Amino acid sequence: MSFQTFTFYAFATILVFAALRVITTRNPVHAALWLVLSFFTAAGIWLLLQAEFLAIALVLVYVGAVMVLFLFVVMMLDVNFDSMRQHFRSYLPVAAAVGILVFFEMALVILGSAVGPVAGAPAAPAGSNTQALGALLYVDYVYPFEIAAVVLLVAIVAAIALTHRKRREMKHQDASAQMRARASERVRLVSMPSEKPPV
Amino acid sequence: MTELLAPLQSAMGAWWLPVWTIVKVVVIAVPLIIGVAYLTYAERKVIGWMQVRIGPNRVGPLGLLQPFADTLKMLFKEIVVPSGASRGLFFIAPMLSLAPALAAWAVIPFTGTLVLSNINAGLLYLLAMSSLGVYGVIIAGWASNSKYAFLGCLRSAAQIVSYEIAMGFALVGVLMAANSLNLSDIVAGQEGGAAYWYVWPLFPLFVVYLVSGIAETNRHPFDVAEGESEIVAGFHVEYSGIGFALFFLAEYMNMILIAALTSTMFLGGWLSPFPILNEVEVLGVHPFGDGMLWLAVKWAFVLLIFLWIRATFPRYRYDQIMRLGWKVFIPVTLVWIVFIGAMMQTRYAGLFH
Repeated sequence: MSFQTFTFYAFATILVFAALRVITTRNPVHAALWLVLSFFTAAGIWLLLQAEFLAIALVLVYVGAVMVLFLFVVMMLDVNFDSMRQHFRSYLPVAAAVGILVFFEMALVILGSAVGPVAGAPAAPAGSNTQALGALLYVDYVYPFEIAAVVLLVAIVAAIALTHRKRREMKHQDASAQMRARASERVRLVSMPSEKPPV
Repeated sequence: MTELLAPLQSAMGAWWLPVWTIVKVVVIAVPLIIGVAYLTYAERKVIGWMQVRIGPNRVGPLGLLQPFADTLKMLFKEIVVPSGASRGLFFIAPMLSLAPALAAWAVIPFTGTLVLSNINAGLLYLLAMSSLGVYGVIIAGWASNSKYAFLGCLRSAAQIVSYEIAMGFALVGVLMAANSLNLSDIVAGQEGGAAYWYVWPLFPLFVVYLVSGIAETNRHPFDVAEGESEIVAGFHVEYSGIGFALFFLAEYMNMILIAALTSTMFLGGWLSPFPILNEVEVLGVHPFGDGMLWLAVKWAFVLLIFLWIRATFPRYRYDQIMRLGWKVFIPVTLVWIVFIGAMMQTRYAGLFH
């Protein structure tokens, strides 16, 4: 067994275990952390495929930013486990139907593409992986890419506009007014005799 | 060297590469940890001198053994686990903050040929690794089951995530100038003396990078995550002994990393500021030519700036930190990137490469 095969199986085992723990663990913070671990191991497997740009982007975007914000929310929420368990039974039929549907869709894709083990990964493009991806995104498909970026920008602006309305009850500092303040406006030095002259 | 190792290599077969890599990792990591120890000593001495004190001078000559005394003291302290803490995560957190700090060193080039892993996407790898460090802080704050620790971890996580954006944009400027994500290529692009370093065309990005680096490492004046007067010690308030030592180690290792990156990307890495010094020959070697000497001088200079800032400025208020990151640094970097991109299309393009 070569070292690469060993690495692949080690990463794959960790990935499957972590993914299972995401849905079986009871504590939501632990679940989020298991998800972080599975993202990270998935990035490791992509590195084995020589897709270094994608792997690093996965770590940078999902592990480094998205999951941090996710953890933020989960940590500050006080999740009530009893009410969650009550809903479990009522949602079970719908969830089971969706689960079975997803399972069959994935089975179709896998059976349709190749019967038996998937053929080896295509050879990495000549030169740097990042360069090849850059050429695809910014030369071949520049218009779809730019349109997608503009759509995202609109979504960001909309989200900010929806949440960032002026609220009367909130108190906040005006940093520029604070910086404009000078010592002469706040402190007045008074020069006066330290003791009264004897009368 | 290679001939000496050849029999060993053939004996181990496929396992040679991982074993040899581990040897190289140790060769980088051990001096780094000793460097951290003496950085704490330097910090106390430098700040001492700036405040007209002497600093540590009791243990060993000039207090030079002080870091080892501190380390030994930490090692022998009891590890206290707070009640209601999430035990597993409580112990993993310090390791999670140290591991990315160490892993990032894999791509730092020490000279033109001396680098553990000369990968093409080196700059991206560094960004990814520095974005992982936040997990140690978050997990430590949450697993401690303490309000102060939790507040500290929330502050720190928000701060690190915000400054990462400005830092990433500063790196975009560097890779535009260098046309490469490979750190060795970035240094090679600054060949030709101090006037060719990227610090000049990218000066705003250099300042943003350095200040964001201070914020990323939770150093003074951005250390609200552990502000003593507000939340005791922030995310590591419940850690004692070796757990605390690991957080400490990670913080200082990140400082050295930022110093290394700043000197690699903006200050010409291992290149000598005056190319004429490459001609100076003493006893058959070029002591003042391009090499580790200049790299060490640049690291020391950037680290001195870190300590200098710590001794000079009062702590920022939390909302001011956020304002500086989002409303000042990100616009500055965006404008400068567009400016560089525009200038590269004119006949002044040579100034920006």
